[in-house]
Amino acid sequence: MENMGAENIFSMVMTWGTPVALILIGYFVGRYMERNHLASLARREAAMTIAIPTSMKTPPDRPIAQSFLVTGSVVIASDYFKTFGANLKTLVGGRLGTLETLVDRGRREAMMRMREQAAAYGAQLVLNVRMETSTITRSQGKASMPSVEVLAYGTAVVFKDG
Amino acid sequence: MILSNLETIPGARVTRHLGLVSGNTIRAKHIGRDIMAGLKNIVGGELEGYTELLAESRNEAISRMIQMAQSMGANAVVNVRFSTSSVTQGAAELFAYGTAVVIEPLAAQAPRPPAAPPRPGPGQGQGRGGPPSI
Repeated sequence: MENMGAENIFSMVMTWGTPVALILIGYFVGRYMERNHLASLARREAAMTIAIPTSMKTPPDRPIAQSFLVTGSVVIASDYFKTFGANLKTLVGGRLGTLETLVDRGRREAMMRMREQAAAYGAQLVLNVRMETSTITRSQGKASMPSVEVLAYGTAVVFKDG
Repeated sequence: MILSNLETIPGARVTRHLGLVSGNTIRAKHIGRDIMAGLKNIVGGELEGYTELLAESRNEAISRMIQMAQSMGANAVVNVRFSTSSVTQGAAELFAYGTAVVIEPLAAQAPRPPAAPPRPGPGQGQGRGGPPSI
């Protein structure tokens, strides 16, 4: 009898072990990485005082030294836990908060990269900033892992008087 | 070649419009990157391999657009737009388009607007948390 029980547990572990382990790894490592990323974004956003992104199309009336196109892009993917949770949530509908933060992180990262590129050349402003988001779906068996590419681009402007 | 996604180049005047220029490229991901991305998908976060791939391809599309503009005798491209579409499973088309123009600097004392800085490498360089290094 005891042998049977052990065998049952073994087969249960074999069947459910991998997905459960992946979800746990996804939850803990994913949460840790997300926290790190958000902290890094907050730090870099606070440190960045130039290259202000705007959606204006005309620069202010000041002498301009140079202007050029700047881009920043990132591909960001959901973790196993978030995907699992999101799949469950689609049964009842409603907000998918975990995926909202994911896309938001991608936008902020892309925007930050664009600003860093502009700031490297001493640009004070980035005009006409556009964001483009496209889905890159990877099929993994039946489930698909959501991942998005975010591209931010705009025209960086360097003023003569700095 | 100066690029801008405005209708004009700030600090310069457009003297001639030469028409629409475009550049495209279709890239497929390779299996090594795909496997790495698959592993990364467990914990989520940035898929550096894909970021790099797409940035590389976008630069390729831009440089084709620039080539076309150069062959028309333009020295700038205004109103640059990007579009991405997936063609088949695992391949994406990156498309860049804009209007080729001839510009001249606004003020007489300004010689020529300096050339646009070189495009940074794939993935826009800096790792997360690192100092901006372009």
